[in-house]
Amino acid sequence: MRFFTNNTPSSTHLPQKRLPSYLAIAAISAGLLALSACGDSNDDDDNNSHNDATYDITVYNLTNNQPLTPLGIVVHGSAYMPWKLGEPVSTGLEMLAEAGDTTNFLNEANADAAVVTSASSNNGPFGPGSSETVSITVDHSASLQLTVASMLANTNDAFTGVRNWSIGGLAVGDSASTMARVYDAGTEANSETAVSMPGPAAMGEGFNITRDDDLVDRLTIHSGVVTADDGLMTSALDESHRWLGQAAKIVVMRTQ
Amino acid sequence: MNRNTRSMARNGFRKHSLALALAAGFTTALAAGAAQAATWDVTITNLTNGNHFTPLLVTAHDSDTHLFQVGMPASLPIEHMAECGHLDPLFLTPEVGAADADTIDNPATGLLAPGTSTSAMLVTTETHLSIVAMVLPTNDAFLGLESQYIPSEAGTYTYYVNAYDAGTEANDEMLMTAGECAYTDSGMIPGAPGMDAGMNGTGVATADSNTMIHVHRGVLGDQDETGGTSDLNSTIHRWQNPVAKITVVVTP
Repeated sequence: MRFFTNNTPSSTHLPQKRLPSYLAIAAISAGLLALSACGDSNDDDDNNSHNDATYDITVYNLTNNQPLTPLGIVVHGSAYMPWKLGEPVSTGLEMLAEAGDTTNFLNEANADAAVVTSASSNNGPFGPGSSETVSITVDHSASLQLTVASMLANTNDAFTGVRNWSIGGLAVGDSASTMARVYDAGTEANSETAVSMPGPAAMGEGFNITRDDDLVDRLTIHSGVVTADDGLMTSALDESHRWLGQAAKIVVMRTQ
Repeated sequence: MNRNTRSMARNGFRKHSLALALAAGFTTALAAGAAQAATWDVTITNLTNGNHFTPLLVTAHDSDTHLFQVGMPASLPIEHMAECGHLDPLFLTPEVGAADADTIDNPATGLLAPGTSTSAMLVTTETHLSIVAMVLPTNDAFLGLESQYIPSEAGTYTYYVNAYDAGTEANDEMLMTAGECAYTDSGMIPGAPGMDAGMNGTGVATADSNTMIHVHRGVLGDQDETGGTSDLNSTIHRWQNPVAKITVVVTP
């Protein structure tokens, strides 16, 4: 949260009544976690507690200068498909990719019959060199899969993550690791202007449902940011905000 | 990403725990079979357009050993390697030890130029492989194969390797013109072996925002050989990942 609520000089150009978006998100995330805890209460019965599986999901921010927004995490079966290269993303994923808001992404997931549970990390964005861990307990199934998504905050609509990662085969004590690439949601032009990016380099607008939707409107591998240091003079970014290919390492450890 | 193309296709993800079923099976087999040594013929190819690799360290070890870990701070010996290409401090660590049958020092006998390959033969009873070398010309970029599990079955295994930023020196992209390289935060690029760098750059970055080992954001460079911010050439010295291809031929 510290990245987005600083009273930096640029933030004074924003409309005064606009709430720091992460205050709202943290509150909603906490609500979601509480809800899912209620929903899972049956799993904690003594009769079937031996079927519980607990996964610690840790995401390391491997960028140089891109805060990662709160994690959208979904545990599901193989029928759930959160995004697909070359196709338009859902409104929930657009909101996550443009503003870092996981609410609708997780709502969409929870409406899917193949989804077991979902959660958001609730500590706000986490910066380069930091990590965020979320622990999730579900009924174990060999077919469990994991999806994780998080916005690169100093971009228009870039997000990193992994989808449909099979974790059901992990035995207690096992861990698995993967490197996460960066996607372009295709829902917003990559203008890199200060008014269009929510992160600390810009403090601009996050989600806008109507902005640029017809420009590309398909999911691609992100081509990276250009930045002012490389000749895009209208960019609010500098060379420190660039990345190559992968933005995060995701480690899953089964602890129960 | 260190990609084992065989096991990735089968499992869908990379496991790196000792408890990995395959590794556990292999360890058990080793214990029962009194540690039969395998031969690993390791070939390293420089996939970049215009970057040299400093002398390579190729070493086999167990699953608990890590020369470095992405997302964690670089050790001082890794800093020496990433900023100056110096391997001596790594050979003084318990993780590496002295050069021997499964720890090969500098197989290319010097720099590995873009587009070229070198090979090292390891005879080992170990299960994991690590490879490191500095990428030139950069401040503190290194290629790293991080504790990669190598199957015991005969076969050819291929891995692609990222360039990582050690997080220990600002990427000012300024080239040293005199003196010896030292591992200091304000250090400069120790050399441009392609003799294709500029001079008098005023400096690109003054600090790393991420001081852990992370995926290198690449160099910026410019087209001003006698000024600008960078001494690097933007059309020669940039790269995309992967920067190296590692092939391991296992002969049990």
